[in-house]
Amino acid sequence: MTTSTPTAGETPGGAAADDAAIKGTQPSKSAPDDRRGSPLVRGVVLAMCLVWTIPTIGLLVSSFRTRTAVTGSGWWTVLASPLDFTQWTVQNYGDVLFNSGMGQSFINTAIVTIPATVIPITAAAFAAYAFSWMRFPGREMLFVLFVGLLVVPTQITFIPLLQRFGNLGITGTFLSVWLAHTGFGMPLAVYLLRNYMGSLPREVIESAKVDGASEFQTFTRLILPLSAPALAAFAIFQFLWVWNDFIHALVFLGALPDVKVMTVNLAELIGQRGQDWHLLTAGAFVTMIMPMIVFFSLQRFFVRGMTAGSVKG
Amino acid sequence: MAIKIINAILAMAAGVGGGIALFVILNAVVERLPIRWERRIKPYVFIGPAIFVVLAFLVYPAVLTIYGSFFDARGENFVGGENYVALFTDDAIFRAIVNNLKWMVVVPAACVVVGLAVATLADRLSAKWESVSKSIIFLPMAISFVGASTIWGFVYAFRPEGRPQIGLLNQIVTWLGASPVAWLQARLFNDYMLMIVFVWLQAGFAMVLLSAALKNVPMDTIEAARVDGASERQIFFRVVVPQMFSTIVVVFTTVLIGVMKVFDIVRVMTNGNFDTEVIANRFITEIFTFRQFGRAAAIVVFLMIATIPVMVVNIRRFRAQESL
Repeated sequence: MTTSTPTAGETPGGAAADDAAIKGTQPSKSAPDDRRGSPLVRGVVLAMCLVWTIPTIGLLVSSFRTRTAVTGSGWWTVLASPLDFTQWTVQNYGDVLFNSGMGQSFINTAIVTIPATVIPITAAAFAAYAFSWMRFPGREMLFVLFVGLLVVPTQITFIPLLQRFGNLGITGTFLSVWLAHTGFGMPLAVYLLRNYMGSLPREVIESAKVDGASEFQTFTRLILPLSAPALAAFAIFQFLWVWNDFIHALVFLGALPDVKVMTVNLAELIGQRGQDWHLLTAGAFVTMIMPMIVFFSLQRFFVRGMTAGSVKG
Repeated sequence: MAIKIINAILAMAAGVGGGIALFVILNAVVERLPIRWERRIKPYVFIGPAIFVVLAFLVYPAVLTIYGSFFDARGENFVGGENYVALFTDDAIFRAIVNNLKWMVVVPAACVVVGLAVATLADRLSAKWESVSKSIIFLPMAISFVGASTIWGFVYAFRPEGRPQIGLLNQIVTWLGASPVAWLQARLFNDYMLMIVFVWLQAGFAMVLLSAALKNVPMDTIEAARVDGASERQIFFRVVVPQMFSTIVVVFTTVLIGVMKVFDIVRVMTNGNFDTEVIANRFITEIFTFRQFGRAAAIVVFLMIATIPVMVVNIRRFRAQESL
């Protein structure tokens, strides 16, 4: 169970290490009588946790305060007068969702993200199966291509892709960004899935073939279900990566209201109304809702996916 | 609105269904071939679509970009290495490169230090509090860079002296009796204020990998040191850290690759103003503001060349694993 690669979650055994990494279920390295931590240790951890939470709490609190309240006093003053209901409002959310187009952008983000997650996984799963369990000339060389492309900055493709998409007339359409994300997500998807599928026990695949299953059947009925943890980890990584993506949406989709995704919308809002913190905080929170839900409901897969996927170019 | 959503669902179904249908049809066609040919061709049917998109959307455009980097703004006239000379003679681009180097020195190291600190200290807490504190540090990984820029932009918010401060940092500064600071405009340290956002987002990643490595350090090496009378500090730096070294290197290089391409934070918080420009933002500005395609291509080729060492290491490590 090694964690010395950037893809700790990639093998069936590696997953346990990641789970333990967050949950603290593995034995501690400190002296046995020391598990409660000295006051100093507890103090430092507490301080770091505060730095990691307070900025987000400030954002959340401010998003429910009126414009006058947000510009008139710091959000921390609500601690002194939480029951002063004149400062609280949900108007900011109504404003960003309907006047600033964040509602439409939410839908746009979903339209971009779902195919940009499913299409690469489908293609990568087939490729990963072939790389793991089929013999053919050029197998290793072609796989090295994917490994090499892992860290290539996607910016290298922007100018030619923009020109080609322009010629095809698909600039600023969802299709262009689906295609781009499919290409950009593929090296990581193939790499992770192959590492996982390749570590499944050989006997299982061979017994299926003895029973007369075709490659296609072996793949869809046996390998895919067995690879569910790796598929889930990559799916969550890719989903959040595209959901949170800014640069590719900005370049390939742009800022027209019909296609504008949430990150582009929020960035525009910051540029145009940089002092209207009551709107910016609400807008930022709308962009964060879905990732937060994923984080709290699927934390185990989330950790695995994020650690495995962080090498992405 | 309803029509839009229906259209969107149809488009998504077409995109997703099309991908799956492609495989089913290709497979059905290949299965009709004589068995010998089926065996030969089928692997390429399985890997074909993945190879195709990678060639079409990564490799081929990369080659065109390298080619275009030797041409002028509109890609019409050959200019030789002029665009590459501009990387070092154009003040704005050169500043972006220098700033990127600053990011590359500070941020990966900071992520390793913070991640190692949390992993080590949380390891000394009860299982429950270890889990809670790690989750808190990891949570920002879910937030987009644009969202995090908003969060921290609000922390850094600046009002002139005398008016109520609404940014937490300036409130703390004024409570301590000093004057409020326009953090993002202070040329002396504003890029460090941007780096904090990156570290805040990525430290959780470093922590998870380092924590897993820490748990894998054999207990008997630590006990042996303890029996020999080593202090906790000596055990940490001379016994534990050296055994985690390969993970530290992996964390460092992974964050490094991310930092080289840093874009969103700078774009949103300062747009490269006040001397905070970085390579990836300059690249976008050269394309969309100045329409300098040749020069933009040279910038991004330079960026890609900088990632090649990591690429080579990845391939070598893969080859080493395979030969085991």
